Amino acid sequence: MPQSIETFYEVMRRQGITRRSFLKYCSLTAAALGLGPAFAPRIAHAMETKERTPVIWVHGLECTCCSESFIRSAHPLVKDVVLSMISLDYDDTLMAAAGHHAEAALEETIQKYKGKYILAVEGNPPLNEDGMFCIVGGKPFLDQLKHAAKDAAAVIAWGSCASWGCVQAARPNPTQAVPIHKVITDKPIIKVPGCPPIAEVMTGVITYMLTFGRLPELDRQGRPKMFYSQRIHDKCYRRPHFDAGQFVEQWDDESARKGYCLYKVGCKGPTTYNACSTVRWNEGTSFPIQAGHGCIGCSEDGFWDKGSFYDRLSNIPQFGIEKNADEIGMAVAGGVGAAVAAHAAVSAIKRAQHKGDQE
Amino acid sequence: MNTPMNEKDLDNSGRRIVVDPVTRIEGHMRCEVNVDENNVIRNAVSTGTMWRGLEVILKGRDPRDAWAFVERICGVCTGTHALTSVRAVEDALGIQIPLNAHLIRHLMDKTLQVHDHIVHFYHLHALDWVNPVNALKADPVGTSELQKMVSPHHPKSSPGYFKDVQTRLKKFVETGQLGLFSNGYWDNPAYKLPPEADLMAVAHYLEALDLQKDIVKIHTIFGGKNPHPNFMVGGVACAINIDGVGASGAPVNMTSLNFVLQRIQEAQAFTKNVYLPDVLAVAGIYKDWLHGGGLASQNVLSYGTYQKVPYDKSSELLPAGAIVNGNWNEVHEVDVRDPEQIKEFVDHSWYTYEGGKKGLHPWDGETAPKFELGPNTVGTRTNIKEIDESAKYSWIKAPRWKGHAMEVGPLARYIVAYVSGKEYVQEQVNRSLSAFNQNTGLDLGLKQFLPSTLGRTLARALECELCVDTMLDDWHQLVGNIKNGDSSTANVEKWDPASWPKEAMGVGTNEAPRGALGHWIKIKDGKIENYQAIVPTTWNGSPRDAEGNIGAFEAALMNTPMERPDEPVEILRTLHSFDPCLACSTHVMSADGQELTKVKIR
Repeated sequence: MPQSIETFYEVMRRQGITRRSFLKYCSLTAAALGLGPAFAPRIAHAMETKERTPVIWVHGLECTCCSESFIRSAHPLVKDVVLSMISLDYDDTLMAAAGHHAEAALEETIQKYKGKYILAVEGNPPLNEDGMFCIVGGKPFLDQLKHAAKDAAAVIAWGSCASWGCVQAARPNPTQAVPIHKVITDKPIIKVPGCPPIAEVMTGVITYMLTFGRLPELDRQGRPKMFYSQRIHDKCYRRPHFDAGQFVEQWDDESARKGYCLYKVGCKGPTTYNACSTVRWNEGTSFPIQAGHGCIGCSEDGFWDKGSFYDRLSNIPQFGIEKNADEIGMAVAGGVGAAVAAHAAVSAIKRAQHKGDQE
Repeated sequence: MNTPMNEKDLDNSGRRIVVDPVTRIEGHMRCEVNVDENNVIRNAVSTGTMWRGLEVILKGRDPRDAWAFVERICGVCTGTHALTSVRAVEDALGIQIPLNAHLIRHLMDKTLQVHDHIVHFYHLHALDWVNPVNALKADPVGTSELQKMVSPHHPKSSPGYFKDVQTRLKKFVETGQLGLFSNGYWDNPAYKLPPEADLMAVAHYLEALDLQKDIVKIHTIFGGKNPHPNFMVGGVACAINIDGVGASGAPVNMTSLNFVLQRIQEAQAFTKNVYLPDVLAVAGIYKDWLHGGGLASQNVLSYGTYQKVPYDKSSELLPAGAIVNGNWNEVHEVDVRDPEQIKEFVDHSWYTYEGGKKGLHPWDGETAPKFELGPNTVGTRTNIKEIDESAKYSWIKAPRWKGHAMEVGPLARYIVAYVSGKEYVQEQVNRSLSAFNQNTGLDLGLKQFLPSTLGRTLARALECELCVDTMLDDWHQLVGNIKNGDSSTANVEKWDPASWPKEAMGVGTNEAPRGALGHWIKIKDGKIENYQAIVPTTWNGSPRDAEGNIGAFEAALMNTPMERPDEPVEILRTLHSFDPCLACSTHVMSADGQELTKVKIR
């Protein structure tokens, strides 16, 4: 059932938030945006009137999978996000206007909401050929990106392209595509990696910021801890089979039909930080491992250049067991693989200790 | 019909209009036209404005991994490149997949087709025909009557429902923050729908937004996620377990099959109750706007798709074939392996061929990027005001079939299928044309109606119907095959690279949402030696070739009158009817390119 447009204040009141809490929230928002306490009343005023947070969504070298994922969001529904939560003032994938009318919409938002809008970046800028491997409005995308970033309150790096570089930055990276933190160095950047990120993770990050008025807590690499602090392996429904030493040895074997662990056919779940095994995909329908294919590690930095997706994570010098995201964040998957091998060994020992419990 | 197909038929003396960025498409594109004193388009220039170099990145990698790389060519037509890639590798290595895998791949492929077509019409194309601001003037009772008339079976048709939608829209507009609708062309007379129809379309825009997230869940069941579900060389990774130990944790079991069936039925209901009636209703009101045919009336190409019998091309629901020079009486055979049939040219593309070679077949393809602008460019190298189409002017190459520029896509598939005598398609097309003629009082023939912007948009909707109908067949065949005791989903005989020949080459084809798609691969010593893709928008968005033949986008824009040249509604309308996909269309392969660093971790 369609709802009427509500201001943020109305939404919060409906959810039982008091006037007092609302004003506190506005102060926090001001602080989060680096605006100082004097701005809190202005934010309160904006929230009480009909201002939705303006979002500018730009596209560099990418495949649009992040936009596609975004519109899959089930809670909240993307129509509610776009009609009631944010004002998507520029997004060349969905906006009605084109050409100079589109560019004018971008400019109006930047001028009118200086320091107040969120810049969402899908894809990344190529640096080779003076940036002309990606042209917007006759100019390098890099120019548009820097221009839009200059007055943004915060920047969201959607997906692995903006966060890490992703496929066009895989070796030998012919266009010299770079993640956006290489060219935007003076703004907070929230990385939401994945190829693409999960829809509800994307809208979850946005609604968190709008609801709590602050950036989500980030890990050392700039990812929201609420979605990226655990490995897929940690919460995988097939994990008991890993611990029990029950593995798929070949595609479509008996073990595959029983839903055993995919570690031996290359699953990167043990080294991949993402919410696939908890939030799952497409309204919680399933996720890659549940559908029988190993995780390819698409939310990890440089996952394209870490060997075949079907290579087992093994034979790597030992790294450690059960490290968290911050501790191993910068390590390559190969290094992390060692942890898995060691982890498998430990699990095997534990299994030996409890022999007879299962199988 | 006099269709300009060569630059000698064009006139660039009139006022130049530049549209950059072209929005509501995948990727980055620019379009320039010249209009004459009557604001009729007399010259059109389409420029692909991005390049990522994926195939050069593939060189030296494991062919079994290629699907994941090329899947990232496009996140809108997600999965079609992956499917085409595993077909190319299987073709090279002589792998035949089990029937269940064939059917599951079909279900995934058609899921994409249905999703892509619906999202295209409502979220990328509709705003070329529909004016959401005008919907505020509608009488919801009138909209309700209209809804019941065009689609008696659609449950969401009450006046109260449309009143709610209108109220929400009204409050949205009153905030002054128009978001995605900012700076639209809402007072342009090119918009012709009455307010009641505009309101109905706005409601369906929102309904389609809700539905599209559900239809893709079929990908999630079989491929684990969407966008970018997983594929696999040799079959599918989703093992089947209906009633054995562990079935509830298996990818394909009774509940997931039931789930898939329900998603198909929902998509089928929406397609028949909403999508198709909407397209016909829009066509009826825009009956006088039969522009945008371009190459469709002359040269169309399809590789064929949806084999009822695996590996039997004669069993394809939409057959392969090429039609040239508007002769619908002759459908030419298409051979994607023949080096004389398909060639790519770079005379007007930002690439060079070694030694100044002319056209190259994709197995021998090469590309070295070379960004340079012609002497008549207005502006600078990094600030292009007007492009010079007499020189190189696009990141898209120019593929040609036996020297002809071709249109590909749903309309091309439907023309080839119609004239090839496919009865299901003929019934659909005839039914639609007679409905159109009946609604409008016109008496148009097939060749007058089908090759047009509206015809392209209609063909897409008809194809969506074909897909939802035959997905039910696929589902029943899959269940029947499992019932007969076959649960096999993968052929792993040649999974191990040690079992491969020292050298192999293969090709995979598909009919992607936007048209004919081919991937060509050469494998040597277990690694990719060469990888080349020619994708639909490479055909449709092609720049000129050395002979001056123009591409499908350019041809379709010709002779179109514009209400207000400064507001490119008509340009967008026709370009969007192709559903351009620019990330797909720009690619590179260098046979003698840089050697990749070894990156294996073993």
